[in-house]
Amino acid sequence: MSNPYVIPAIIVVTLATVAIGFYGLTLARTTSDFLVASRMVSPTWNGAAIGGEYLSAASFLGIAGLILKHGVDVLWYPVGFAAGYLALLLFVAAPLRRSGAFTLPDFCELRLGSRRLRKLATVFVVFIGWLYLVPQLQGAGLTVATVAGGPYELGALLVGAVVTGNVALGGMRAVTFVQAFQYWLKLTALAVPAIFLVLQWQSDGRPAVTPEAGTVFPAATTVVVEHAATLTLPDGTTREVRPGDELSFAEGDPVPKISSVDAVDGADWLLPGTAGDDDRELFATYSLILATFLGTMGLPHVLVRFYTNPDGAAARRTTLVVLAMVGTFYLLPTLYGVLGRIYTPQLLLTGRSDAVVVLLPSAALGNGLTGQLLAALVAAGAFAAFLSTSSGLLTSVAGVLSTDLLGRGSVRDFRLATIVAGLVPMLLALYVSGLDVSQVVGLAFAVAASSFCPLLVLGIWWRGLTDVGTAAGILVGGGAAVGAVLLTVVGPELTGWPAVLLAQPAAWTVPLAFTVMITVSWATRRRTPADVAATMLRLHAPEALRL
Amino acid sequence: MVLAEVARRRARPDLTRAELTQQTEVGDVLVRGLVRAQLALALRLSLVVAIGLGGLPLLFAIAPRVAMAKLFGINLPWLLLGVAAFPFLVAVGWAYVRLAERNEQDFTDVVQRPER
Repeated sequence: MSNPYVIPAIIVVTLATVAIGFYGLTLARTTSDFLVASRMVSPTWNGAAIGGEYLSAASFLGIAGLILKHGVDVLWYPVGFAAGYLALLLFVAAPLRRSGAFTLPDFCELRLGSRRLRKLATVFVVFIGWLYLVPQLQGAGLTVATVAGGPYELGALLVGAVVTGNVALGGMRAVTFVQAFQYWLKLTALAVPAIFLVLQWQSDGRPAVTPEAGTVFPAATTVVVEHAATLTLPDGTTREVRPGDELSFAEGDPVPKISSVDAVDGADWLLPGTAGDDDRELFATYSLILATFLGTMGLPHVLVRFYTNPDGAAARRTTLVVLAMVGTFYLLPTLYGVLGRIYTPQLLLTGRSDAVVVLLPSAALGNGLTGQLLAALVAAGAFAAFLSTSSGLLTSVAGVLSTDLLGRGSVRDFRLATIVAGLVPMLLALYVSGLDVSQVVGLAFAVAASSFCPLLVLGIWWRGLTDVGTAAGILVGGGAAVGAVLLTVVGPELTGWPAVLLAQPAAWTVPLAFTVMITVSWATRRRTPADVAATMLRLHAPEALRL
Repeated sequence: MVLAEVARRRARPDLTRAELTQQTEVGDVLVRGLVRAQLALALRLSLVVAIGLGGLPLLFAIAPRVAMAKLFGINLPWLLLGVAAFPFLVAVGWAYVRLAERNEQDFTDVVQRPER
């Protein structure tokens, strides 16, 4: 791949991010300015900032790649990522803003008055934050390796260093401007090439996405095998391939199946997996729905943003703006995944389907000027995705580290905590490059849904919640989800039901967390905080009353 | 504008407000009512989503024919999940914001009603 525009595009995005960060820095003066953007951010700015922060590598690259491989079932990811904001709106947004909590540990202390619970929440915030940061850095490494031909480590370290520096120096104010800018950049970077791609598809005579004879190569292609595997040709014959083997295909050749890549074909790709009579598919689908619908409200970097709304009503409107913005964005990755089926079927052989978004423009439009410029635009958008999500995550992880574990929340503590919080995922990203971007992000959602979702929902709506009940629920539900994550990522390979239960744990860990939290709270009901009535009034009474 | 009138209005003790801030029984009942109304609203709308979106995998499992139906040459699941789901979610969210603000307005009206 030699596209002369990619590297400059990535550099421009990075410099713009840093420049806007410094512009924000000149505005940030006091500690309160620095951390919560002075609460002067309007719902549109704030909405764009939340959207910009939320649309991560998983949204920008991962969804399209999974659609390419697995088809319609994957659409539950974007639907769930968007619906998470609806759950946040319905159950959390306004009361959380009124509580005055800046982070999840803050909320624990405000609602339940327990310092120990605060520490426990901090540990989970840091775990979820790191679990979510590693795939962002990996996505950056993958993009640099795929599009620019650079080393994987360069991309991961570049994004890690830029984000750490920017967050440490600019704080939240800067991040708000950066994020809002990056939402629009990401939307443009997918929307503009999408128009060209659809026009190209029209002028190619609308080739079928799932042709009768199976997927075919649109042009002569050479694929280098990376893992030993069995190749199944369309006529049913099989052939063993070894790493380093070069497979050449002519234009119009059917795409063989390869055992090292878990992909589906034909009707399985086109139709929902639940349409068969496999209960495991149904379980996995509902588990994914639960994790994404309920996990969003428990993501640390999402909650921090609500503090920048002036009041509860504004928090609601901001959430609605975010829902609309995020929903608009999610119309696009599907198109990339579907068109990738036609123009980049070689990814089904290499398994690097996360690269479909960055490869598609040049594959469909050719290596002319248009194709190259659009490819550079997409790469810039992908970098915006890594930069913005990692900035938001790092801000919140560093925020809780500086106030709860490493210091007392001064600007100096925050800067120190940022460096610590940034270095750990950078090192992890270098050593675990084999993880699947979207799956790790999905697991982060499952952990958030089984720990912080019950805490927030019950804390806001149920007077009977106690500190002991909350701690038990978080430890059992969240702990089970963390265990499932660790087993999935580093454990032995499993098959059948155990594999499904661990890979998509939310359907059992979320009800478990709720049940434990309610039962233990009920058993320890003497510990209900004395000021719970005042807290409820504060959480739910409209600010217009000025109580 | 008669300034004395404004001053008098301010000076008048606001009884319901005091009920709330001093957490008397009346105040507590008022707050419980508001919390219950808001929670009921949120639960009703989540039920709409649970049936409208959450019912789809089950529907596809029970009636595979629905999954194979086509609209404008595209299979129905792709249209429902890839396109229609997002405006649906925004519509539910919009309805919630309106109704929740109305609940709060009702609460504010009760608290600020002119004392008799």
